Amino acid sequence: MKQALRRVCTALAAGTLILAPTFASAQDSPQALRQEIDQLRKDFDALKQQYGDRLTALESKLAAAEGTPAPAEPAPAAAAQPAAGLAAAAPAPEPTAQVPPGAAGAGGPTGALPVYGGAAGSKVFNPDIAVIGNFLGAMGRNTVAPSPALEMHESEASFQAVVDPYARGDFFFAFGEEGVELEEGYVTLTSLPWGLLTKVGKMRAAFGKVNTMHDHVLPWTDRPIVTENLVGGDEGITDAGMSVARLIPNPWFFLEATGQVFRGDSGPVEQPLFRSGKPGNLSYVGHLRGYHDITESTNIDLGVSYAYGHNDADPRDIGLLTTDLFGVDATLRWRPLQRSIYHSFVGRSEWIRSRREQPLGRPERTRRGQEQPVGREIADGFYVSGDYQFARRWYAGARFDRSGRATDGSLQDTGGSFLVTFSPSEFSQMRGQYRRTDYAQGPTANEFLFQFQFSIGAHGAHPF
Amino acid sequence: MTIQRLVTALAGIVTLLAARPVGAQGKLNVMATTEDLASIAREVGGDRVTIDSIAKGYQDPHFVEAKPSFILKLQKADLLVVVGKELEIGWLPPLIQQSRNAKIQAGADGYLDASLHALILEIPQGQITRAMGDVHPQGNPHYWLDPENAKIIAKDVAAKFSQLRANDRAYFEQRLADFTARLDAAEKRWLAQMAPFKGTKVVTYHRSFPNFAERFGLNVIGYVEPRPGIPPSPSHTLDLIQEMKRQQIKVILMEPYFDQKTPNSIASQTGAQVLVMPPSVGGEKTVTDYFKLFDYNINLLANALKQAGVKPSGH
Repeated sequence: MKQALRRVCTALAAGTLILAPTFASAQDSPQALRQEIDQLRKDFDALKQQYGDRLTALESKLAAAEGTPAPAEPAPAAAAQPAAGLAAAAPAPEPTAQVPPGAAGAGGPTGALPVYGGAAGSKVFNPDIAVIGNFLGAMGRNTVAPSPALEMHESEASFQAVVDPYARGDFFFAFGEEGVELEEGYVTLTSLPWGLLTKVGKMRAAFGKVNTMHDHVLPWTDRPIVTENLVGGDEGITDAGMSVARLIPNPWFFLEATGQVFRGDSGPVEQPLFRSGKPGNLSYVGHLRGYHDITESTNIDLGVSYAYGHNDADPRDIGLLTTDLFGVDATLRWRPLQRSIYHSFVGRSEWIRSRREQPLGRPERTRRGQEQPVGREIADGFYVSGDYQFARRWYAGARFDRSGRATDGSLQDTGGSFLVTFSPSEFSQMRGQYRRTDYAQGPTANEFLFQFQFSIGAHGAHPF
Repeated sequence: MTIQRLVTALAGIVTLLAARPVGAQGKLNVMATTEDLASIAREVGGDRVTIDSIAKGYQDPHFVEAKPSFILKLQKADLLVVVGKELEIGWLPPLIQQSRNAKIQAGADGYLDASLHALILEIPQGQITRAMGDVHPQGNPHYWLDPENAKIIAKDVAAKFSQLRANDRAYFEQRLADFTARLDAAEKRWLAQMAPFKGTKVVTYHRSFPNFAERFGLNVIGYVEPRPGIPPSPSHTLDLIQEMKRQQIKVILMEPYFDQKTPNSIASQTGAQVLVMPPSVGGEKTVTDYFKLFDYNINLLANALKQAGVKPSGH
């Protein structure tokens, strides 16, 4: 370290010494100064000539190699007077920088971008940044799972860009009221052989539909009861791991198989879905998705999912026991192409079965010592929902929920919701949801939930 | 043990990255994001390429759904031609990403942004915010509605085809020359048809027609949308009606994918006529290629203006 510093100092000193005499001699007389400037000017002109010649030679070589006709002539002059009321046709006069190849595919900019401060165009490599605010409010009575009256539930910051010709990177940070959490952060390898789409990092697992969705793309203000009870709640199956997805070629429809391996920790800390007691307790998720266009405006999306991991049901040996989940999901979409911005319908349903190993009763004394009898608790749950867009900015929806609880499948919670959503623009929306929940234990809850969502920054992809 | 196996498998995959198989030199498989680009590419490519497109001419190209069936089409493409200028920003990036096709990733040889050399209008100056609606920071993406730009696009497409299929260069160049010549002739005809109406003031629904207006001498004085991408509001509609009465506007041009209610009510209060003008090939049943797009629109417009007895206001 010290040595390096010393070397830098020496270099700086030497540089100063070399530069100093030049300035000194130049200041000798105005005559000498003028001569020197003339000489410099001549040198510069010669250099310019040289470079110009070389550039022309290179251009012609390039044209010959590529077979492109000489560089495209400037766009036809905007001879006609630009119509009044229209913005001027002239291209921006500011200095511009070419966007790096690859950035556009990420939803980033294309073509020329203004260069700020006239400095190097390194800013064009900055990722696309966006922040989505999600504000929630609740009125009514719920003694089992009360929601805060007013809450800035989540602010999601996303950073997305192309990494290199082979990969892109995506980060989503969730700023809640308690702190910041990496919701997702992964690299996607886009050009692997055999059509493998590979993700490495922390991500939402491909289990069904709702588990893959961020809060702001849900058609509700909450997540269905079955997700809360069986699939890790708000957070869901989100974990560090690897994912590989491949399209299965067939002449009839779109078929994609996804396999994922995770560390094995998912769900809320106080009541986790998966918990790895030791490093080898990985969890696995598999998903098979089929999609078919029935007509140009109607399509169906079907999936089956499986997840397996270790749980903390046995407090003496966390990770000893396991949980597995089966899921079936179906989505029917209708959107007439010519009126696509005014009317649409999406019907969704998911059915999930949880099989959780857990201790039964008290430990028993056997010949081998104390043994804990273990059983598999089976719990089923599902939701069915529909959302209809009845005007360009208005949506109405309904959802029916029923689910057992992972630790006791006989405790059935049932719920129903009605929703109205208004989107002033693509970048903001307001939503109201009336929700009635019959909990297996405790009184029935009647609530009115409302939500404000707004997005600033880069234009993200529309959800599908 | 399992982890070890996994790592070995991953290492294998990475090694294979280097040795990608070379595509066979069959017919060039081209995907275009819109039917307009597909039509122009078809003119240049002839029978040496197969061409398919994603967005239909009668749907709003800003709001195409990223359906998985499009992923299948993109997966096999040798070349993807896009409109660019952020027209497809809401749906194309996820499709490209999931296509698993290295050839068509942005920046790769098989990705052609058709807007690169075209004449782009309405490039915003100074500070822009979303308060202006869904503005396109790099200018208006509806630039294909100018035959001059079609010639530029065709030239870029021909160069790209020749780069990817060097053996067919002469064929593509000959077809490009032929297309350009036919378009020159047609453009002369269209300009002559529109010449008597030079300077006519019109109102359009969305900002879809600046290049068309510029080329054929129309003067767009207002829009049914208060701001790009924002649906009509009562106060803006009232202002527009006042302005149209004041300037005696006789024609409202609108795209086939917008609701006709507001334009019709404006028309009934101003005595103007609503013309549903397809901005894209496929926007109307008879509009099956780029030439027919202009034939249809110019006829529609010229007839309507003649009927309305529009006298050019002149400059």
